[in-house]
Amino acid sequence: MKGYRKYFLNKALWFVVTFVCAFLLNFFLPRLMPGDPVAAIVARMAQGMSNATGVQAIYQQYTELFGTNKPMLEQFFIYIKNVARGDFGFSFSYYPRTVADVLKSSIWWTICLQFPAIIVGWIIGNTLGALAAYLKGGFDKVLMPVSIYISNFPAFGMAIIMLVIFGVVLEWFPTSGGYGFDLIPNLSWGFIWSVIVHYQLPFWTIVLIAIGGQAIGMRSMSIYELNADYVKYARFMGIKDRKIVGYVFRNAMLPQITGLALAIGTMVGGALFAEIIFSYPGLGFTLYNGVMGQDYPLISAATLIITVMVLSANFIIEILYGFIDPRIKAAQAD
Amino acid sequence: MRHTIQQVFRSGKFVVGFSIFVAVLLIVIVYPLIITYPPLEIISQGTFFPPGIYVNVYDSIGSTQYTLNLDNTAANRIASKLSNDDRLAMKDWLVADGIPENEIDITNIQALLDQWEKNYDPAQKIAGMTNAKRNYYIRLNNSLKGLLSTEGVSIAVKNAEMGALEETGVVAQSNYVNINQVPNVRVLPLGTNSFGRDVLTELVKATNVSLQIGFVAGIIATLIGLTLGLLGGYVGGLADDVTMFVTNLFTVIPTIVLLILISFSIGQEKRGAFTIAVVIGFTSWVWTARAVRAQVISLRNRDHVNLSKLSGHSIVHIILTDILPYIASYVVMALILQISTAILAEAGLSILGLGPKTTLVPTLGLMLNWALIYQAPVLGKWWAYLPVIVAIVLVTFSMNLMNTGLDQVFNPALRD
Repeated sequence: MKGYRKYFLNKALWFVVTFVCAFLLNFFLPRLMPGDPVAAIVARMAQGMSNATGVQAIYQQYTELFGTNKPMLEQFFIYIKNVARGDFGFSFSYYPRTVADVLKSSIWWTICLQFPAIIVGWIIGNTLGALAAYLKGGFDKVLMPVSIYISNFPAFGMAIIMLVIFGVVLEWFPTSGGYGFDLIPNLSWGFIWSVIVHYQLPFWTIVLIAIGGQAIGMRSMSIYELNADYVKYARFMGIKDRKIVGYVFRNAMLPQITGLALAIGTMVGGALFAEIIFSYPGLGFTLYNGVMGQDYPLISAATLIITVMVLSANFIIEILYGFIDPRIKAAQAD
Repeated sequence: MRHTIQQVFRSGKFVVGFSIFVAVLLIVIVYPLIITYPPLEIISQGTFFPPGIYVNVYDSIGSTQYTLNLDNTAANRIASKLSNDDRLAMKDWLVADGIPENEIDITNIQALLDQWEKNYDPAQKIAGMTNAKRNYYIRLNNSLKGLLSTEGVSIAVKNAEMGALEETGVVAQSNYVNINQVPNVRVLPLGTNSFGRDVLTELVKATNVSLQIGFVAGIIATLIGLTLGLLGGYVGGLADDVTMFVTNLFTVIPTIVLLILISFSIGQEKRGAFTIAVVIGFTSWVWTARAVRAQVISLRNRDHVNLSKLSGHSIVHIILTDILPYIASYVVMALILQISTAILAEAGLSILGLGPKTTLVPTLGLMLNWALIYQAPVLGKWWAYLPVIVAIVLVTFSMNLMNTGLDQVFNPALRD
C-alpha cells in the first residue's frame, strides 16, 4: 500500500498544480489581451445610445462590478474570493439570472450526456479494435477503413450528418433541445420519455466520435501484444487460447486507459460541439449562447468549469489506472 | 533524399492522400482563374436557391423559339406542379367527402382531376380539419386551374400611350429555346447560401483561406514544438524540467478552452484569418514537443553525436547536422497533422462564433457557422452545409492518409 500512496500523492499534487495553472490562465489570459474589456462590453451594450452621460454611468457601474479600476493583483484576489463562494456575477445574456444559476442547470445535462457516451464509446471502440486484431481477415478489412474514416471525421460534421439522417430525413428523433419545448421539467412519464428521446442523437454522436480513434489504437496495441514473446511462450506451454487472449487484452488495454486520460480533453471538446449542433441544454450550448450574447462572465465561468471537469476526469482515470496496472505498484515500491 | 522520396511514393496510402490533396489544391488554384466572380458577392435576392442552371426568363422569351413535338410533356408538367403528397392529400379530402376509397386512383391524373373538379368545394367544412389544412386545400385548388389546358400563354406589352395590353406573341406549350442562345444563363452548381452568395465560388475561396490558416498555424505550432522539444531533449536538466512541466500542463488543459478564451478576448473587430491562425498555432504545439523530445533523448547519446561533441562543435551545429536530419521525417509528419488539426480547430472556433471576422474572407468554418445559424440542416438545404463538410473531410482525410503512409515508410515495424 505504501507504493500506492506515493503514486496517489504524486497524482494529487499534479492535479492541484494543473488546477492552479488553469485557474491562473482563465483569469489572466483575457486580461492580458490588448484593450479594456469593460470598455468593449460597454461599447457593445451602449450601441445606439446617444446619451454620453448614460454611457459614462454604465461604464462606471461595470468598472465597479468587475473591479477593473483596481490593480490586477487585487482583482485577482477578489476573483478568487468570489469563485470560492460560487459567485460568478450576473450573466449578461440571461440577466437577471446569475452565472452560477445558469451553469448549475446546464452542468448536469453535460455530465449525464458526455461521460456515459465517452465511456460507452471507449468500451465499444476497444472491443471492436481487439476483435479486429484477433479475428483479422474480413472483419478487420471492413472495420479498419471505416474506423480511420470515422476518426478523421470532425465532431461537428458527424453531428450535422446524424441530425440530418435521423432527425430530418427519417424523423426518428427530435433535432434539438434536451426535452420537448412544450414541456415543463417534472417527474412525469411524458417528460422522462421526452428526455430519453432527445438524448439519443447527441449520445450516439459522441459514442461514434469516441469509437473510431479508440478502435484503431486498440487494434495496433493488440497486434503488438499478440506477437510478443510471452504469447509464443505461453502457446508452447500449452496454455489455453482463451486464457492467453485474456492476458493479451489486459496488457493491450493499459495504454488505452492512459490514452483515454490524454484524449478526454479533446473528446469533451468534440462533445461540446455535438451539444451545440443539437441545441442540447448543456455546458457547450450555454457557452455558445454566451459567445453569441457577448456574455463574458458566463464564458469565463463555463471554460473554468469545463477545465475542472476535464482535469478531474483525468485525475480519476489515473487513480483507476494505478489500481489496474500492477507495474505502477512495482515501480513505486523501488 | 531522392531515394527517400521514391520510397514514400511507393506507399499506396501516401499516394492516395497526396493525390486527393493535390486535386483539392489544383481546384483551389485553377477555379478562380477560370471563374472570376468575386466570392463574397451577394447575387440572389432571397436565400438558399437550390443548385441548378438559372436561365433568364425575359431573355428566353425574346430568343428564337423552336417547336419540338415530344411525348409526355403534359405529364411532366403536371408532375412538377402536383407532387405525390398533393395527390394523397386530394385523395384524403375526397374520402372525407364521402367518395369510396376504391373509386379514387391517384395514378390517373385525368380521372383524379375530374373527380376533384366535381366534388371540391372550398366553402365546405370537414369535421376535424384544421384551418391551416383548409387553406392548403384552397391553395392547391387554385394551382390546379389551367393545369390540363392545351392552349399557350400570351405575351403582352403595355402600350405606353393608352396603357392597354397588346399581344405581341404566343408561347405554345411545345415551344423550346436553346439554352446556348439565351444571353443570360448562370450556372449555380451548389445554389446560393443564407446571404445569397454563390456557394461553389465561396467554397473554393473558403478552402483556400482555410488551407492558409492551416499552414500558418501548422508551421507556428511545429516551430514552437520543435524548439521546446530540442531544448528539453538535448539540453536536458532544468530546461527539460521546465519544458516538460509546461508541455504536460498544456496536454491536460483542453485546447478548446484556451482557444475560446483567447479568441473571445481578442474581440470580434481584431479577429482576422491570420490572427486566428496564430492563436491556433500557439495553442497546438504540445504533441510535437512531446514527440520531438522523446526522439531527441534517444538520439542524444548515439555515437555520432558524441563524436561531434568531442570534436568541439557548437550546440547549434550539433543540432543542425546531427540531430535534425534524424528527426526530419517526424517533424514533417507532425507538420502535416498540425495543419489538418488547425483546419478543424478553425472550423470549430467559427462554429462557436469565434472565427475570423465575417465580412472580409470566407473560411470553411464560417460557411458552416452561417449554414447552422440559418438552420440549413433542418430546412433540408443540403447544398449550404454538405459541400463544406465534404471539403473539410477531404482535406483532413487526405492529410491523415499521407501521414499514415509516411509513418509506415519511416517506421517499418508498423507495416502490416
